[in-house]
Amino acid sequence: MTNTSSAYLRFQNVKKTYDHESLVVKDFSLDVAKGEFLTLLGPSGSGKSTVLMMLAGFESVTSGEISIDGVSITRLPPYKRNIGMVFQNYALFPHMTIEENLAYPLTVRNMAKAKIRDRVGEYLGLIEMQKFGKRFPGQLSGGQRQRVALARALIFEPSLVLMDEPLGALDKKLREQMQYEITRLHQMMGYTVIYVTHDQTEALSMSDRIAVFDDGIVQQCASPAELYERPRNAFVADFIGENNFIRGRVSKVEGEVVHIALPGGDTVTARAESELRHDQEAIISVRPEKLFVEPTSHASDNRVPARFVTRHYVGDFIRYYFQLSDGTEITVKVLNDLTAPNFSEGDEAGLVWLIKDCSAYPA
Amino acid sequence: MRELPAYYGFWHYLGHYGLRVLVALVLAFLMLPILIIIPLSFNVEPYFSFTEGMLRLDPDAYSTRWYEQVFNDPRWILSIKNSFIVGIAAATLSTVLGTIAAVGLASPVMPFKRLITALLLSPMIVPVIIIAAGMFFFYTRFNLVGSHLGLILAHAALGIPFVIITVTATLTGFDRSLYHAAIGMGASPLKAFWDIVIPLIRPGVISGGLFAFVTSFDEVVVVLFLAGPAQRTIPRQMFSGLREQINPTILAVATMLILISIALLVTLELLRRRSERIRMGTSA
Repeated sequence: MTNTSSAYLRFQNVKKTYDHESLVVKDFSLDVAKGEFLTLLGPSGSGKSTVLMMLAGFESVTSGEISIDGVSITRLPPYKRNIGMVFQNYALFPHMTIEENLAYPLTVRNMAKAKIRDRVGEYLGLIEMQKFGKRFPGQLSGGQRQRVALARALIFEPSLVLMDEPLGALDKKLREQMQYEITRLHQMMGYTVIYVTHDQTEALSMSDRIAVFDDGIVQQCASPAELYERPRNAFVADFIGENNFIRGRVSKVEGEVVHIALPGGDTVTARAESELRHDQEAIISVRPEKLFVEPTSHASDNRVPARFVTRHYVGDFIRYYFQLSDGTEITVKVLNDLTAPNFSEGDEAGLVWLIKDCSAYPA
Repeated sequence: MRELPAYYGFWHYLGHYGLRVLVALVLAFLMLPILIIIPLSFNVEPYFSFTEGMLRLDPDAYSTRWYEQVFNDPRWILSIKNSFIVGIAAATLSTVLGTIAAVGLASPVMPFKRLITALLLSPMIVPVIIIAAGMFFFYTRFNLVGSHLGLILAHAALGIPFVIITVTATLTGFDRSLYHAAIGMGASPLKAFWDIVIPLIRPGVISGGLFAFVTSFDEVVVVLFLAGPAQRTIPRQMFSGLREQINPTILAVATMLILISIALLVTLELLRRRSERIRMGTSA
């Protein structure tokens, strides 16, 4: 968490209900530093879009405060918040040219005509679309429209830029290109971004920090690496990336490290992500790429025997499916090189991994 | 023309061409009573039927005397003037009120949407004679019977449902995030409405206005109840003309009305195409 002094955008105990019975957003508090790229990530209906809408001012805040630079905006109408927004469907005005679209936020601010023209030209250059100023949005491709939408959200130098699943409507190649574009502009201009998505790849590759939403609360807010390597609870472990989950019972607690007895009789050691007591039901997670199939040169702390089921050829890697003796299914990702083992169905193999790649949670 | 399928037999051909004949007959049934008026309005004789000279296409059998008569008769001049004054004023009023109503009804937070819609559209469904009678008694209290204002208000009420329907139709395709985008960029709600919403729903607004104008333009029942001699409109004048002065002047007026209607229809079609272009996003 960022400390108090560096907080630029601040949510304090924000709650939202539509029906006065159930909370869509439950007690949301978060500090965002100036210039930070923060992503709200979560499944649909998790409350992330509601947070964005409250921030933009299109939804009212049931209770709590939102402030920018120490000034509360909770009771400010959306047109006085000075927040730029990129919508999923671009929301470009179809009856205005690209230039007119870019000029609109400046026109409503009564900026001088000559100044508007210069600024529009500058931003057209920024998104490398100088030749398209006189065109209408309908004459542009999806990626071009997205770039215009981005420029239009930035052109009035807002105190904050919101992006609501801006790449959702683009195909995969274009999406990656636009991710790069958004990151480039962010690094170049240093504005503060609140980005909403349900696409974790997008979130992991672009963000400084990610707040994972579920059920109206933030499950974890951390850097992409920390989120991936050290998910705080089973939901985050499951939601971010792929994961294997094995159930067991705590047999021994040694500070940060716990020993878990598996139903098949083996015992493994794992890092306890939250308080675990002796004899408690627990669940451990280990990522498919952190598992290795014996024989292997990789160091190992844990070993469990498994039975080979099948393998799927993906291309850059091969996905192996195993079963533990109690029936738990385990996926192992193996790089597609000469060492990739050959098994036939029913073969016994040993799976090994390190303590640091293995987290334990209460079941 | 499309090639007919190879498997067609006698009955297929009969059905195929029979359908075409039937369609032509239906079209004639709809159009002939209207079209017949046009040549008759050029009759040199004061009759409502074709003379022998007309059938021989003798130029002397045709004249524009009835048109001249229309423009020389102060009663016709007054009624034409009244029709346009009342029509334009009523259409303007219905367009403004109807558009506001449609925008309100399109809002997701509007309560009792169905009930209010039904109430607002009722002037279109309730028989005009009932509305006219009701208005007569109601307007009497406010001294609006026999005044231009009364007639304008009454016709505006009749025109509002058309505006609501056409504007609602364009609003259903309207992307609310455009409005949000404008507000987020710092435009006040009123400015965003004026700059973004109005231009995009303009085709619906204009065609609603035209419908409202036409509604007022050919309305006779309410006029019979509310208009005094000074508020006579074209349909009202035709109505009395049919009884008092049986001559083709009425046909000349009718022909001009047909031309106005066609002009309005063409305008509507052009507007529809324009709006479609904007929706496709390729307007210039």
